[in-house]
Amino acid sequence: MTQTRKFRNPTDDPLWLKLLLGVLAFSFIALLLLLPLALVFKEAFAQGVGAFWAAIIEPDALAAVRLSLTAAAIAVPLNTLFGISAAWCIAKFDFPGKTFLVTLIDLPFSVSPVVSGLIYVLVFGMQGWLGPWLNDHDVHILFALPGIVLATIFVTFPFVARELIPLMEDQGRDEEEAAATLGASGLGTFLRVTLPNIKWGLLYSVLLCNARALGEFGAVSVVSGHIRGATNTMPLHVELLYNNYDYVGAFSVAALLAMLALVTLALKSLLEWRFADELAAAHRH
Amino acid sequence: MSAIGLKLALPRSRHVLPGFRLSLGFTLFYLTGIVLIPLLALLLRPLSLGFDGFWAAISTPRVLASLRLSFGMALAAAVIDAVFGFITAWVLVRYRFPGKRLLDAVIDLPFALPTAVAGIALSALYAPNGWIGAPLAEYGIRIAYTPWGVLVAMTFIGLPFTVRTLEPVLSELGQDVEEVAATLGATRLQTIWRVVLPMLLPAMLTGAAMGFARGVGEYGSIIFIAGNIPAVSEIAPLLIVTKLEEFDYAGAAAIGVVMLAASFVMLLALNGLQSWASKRR
Repeated sequence: MTQTRKFRNPTDDPLWLKLLLGVLAFSFIALLLLLPLALVFKEAFAQGVGAFWAAIIEPDALAAVRLSLTAAAIAVPLNTLFGISAAWCIAKFDFPGKTFLVTLIDLPFSVSPVVSGLIYVLVFGMQGWLGPWLNDHDVHILFALPGIVLATIFVTFPFVARELIPLMEDQGRDEEEAAATLGASGLGTFLRVTLPNIKWGLLYSVLLCNARALGEFGAVSVVSGHIRGATNTMPLHVELLYNNYDYVGAFSVAALLAMLALVTLALKSLLEWRFADELAAAHRH
Repeated sequence: MSAIGLKLALPRSRHVLPGFRLSLGFTLFYLTGIVLIPLLALLLRPLSLGFDGFWAAISTPRVLASLRLSFGMALAAAVIDAVFGFITAWVLVRYRFPGKRLLDAVIDLPFALPTAVAGIALSALYAPNGWIGAPLAEYGIRIAYTPWGVLVAMTFIGLPFTVRTLEPVLSELGQDVEEVAATLGATRLQTIWRVVLPMLLPAMLTGAAMGFARGVGEYGSIIFIAGNIPAVSEIAPLLIVTKLEEFDYAGAAAIGVVMLAASFVMLLALNGLQSWASKRR
């Protein structure tokens, strides 16, 4: 026993190094990540729960909540449908140009949020391709719900696809081919064979897609027109209140968004911990 | 008989599984409508300016200063995140301590927290009367409403990229090479510096490049803390918004094209890095 106590594994760091790196990592994360989060809640409740609640149920804030939820309720299902469809054809079939298609699907993640909004202004704006025609026919896309939905779809475009593609590629085609050979219909194969295999990965990606959809700022800011109580989403409402020096109001709505972020993080960690084998390899810990 | 003949003449699907044409068709349709056509509108817009007009639009001192600020600070933030991302990933993968899972979950906060929320929080924190800003102000250091505010926000937004790309590589890294180094007489620091770090380099560069790309385009978390003084602390994405508000669509598109070109280059560089990394494994 005394022998083993003296022996130090050569790949173990000495205690001073452990302490140094541990303290560095902890203080960096506390300073950079945790302090801003703490400040949001401290400022939101600076004048008590009553002031926080009043800022949330104020009509313009409620309108912003409603608009954010509406935009996400349209954008997330559409991107989910797209993600499943893209993953089905990419993971279950071989065709030329597959790698290029995957790169194109990832493209929106590397575009600046502001540019993501700008491209729709250039298509639908008054100086854009379709602007004059839309104006003549009294169709409103920019500075209205459709524009906000389009910008939200663009910034959350790759979430579901990029999770499902590697996951379904990993799982191969054998099970689906067996089902098809045994006479199952296409939809039946998908619902009874594929879906049970990918359900946790699907939930994981929808969760992240939804969080980004509700929180998007830059892209939506360009196309929204900032009409208070009408085209302001929750993050835009935060900006408006902050710029009007209504700090309690701004941080109250911000706290609501921060709670959403925390719930998302908790569920995400739970999925990574509990169903690690059923997520794309990149998220396995 | 003719019905059978017709059936035989139809091209038979070569696939066992159904739904190839439907899923590929919908994928291409959706991709084209949502992503490709609007991006084409951006690429074609500056053509109305002509080459000289395009050059004039992006070579004004204000535009150049904003591009320099966005790219320069994003690079600095990527370097900071690479260093602290390595330390954090090392602590998370190699050490055992209570609350490890919680610390690991917190790393993703910049992904999950809406950028506007991060923006007003960082701004209030580093303002001259804020929790961090006030002590610093006593030493005459100002962060908020200066270019350093841009750096703080970009460091915040980029941290998860380096940690998350390093973590899996670090945990897969066999400890046998470290044992060999120790057997051959290397000290622990020499082993980390000359054996572990070179093996982690591709992942570190990949994570830093992803953080850099995100920082260059970042808008929401920066505009509140930056102060947005033209040619001093005004980032390129904000200048696009300003041009749009002045109805200078072509000018906005010109800056947008420069930023898009930069993201293409970054995407190519990332692909190159990843194939380099997979070759080295």
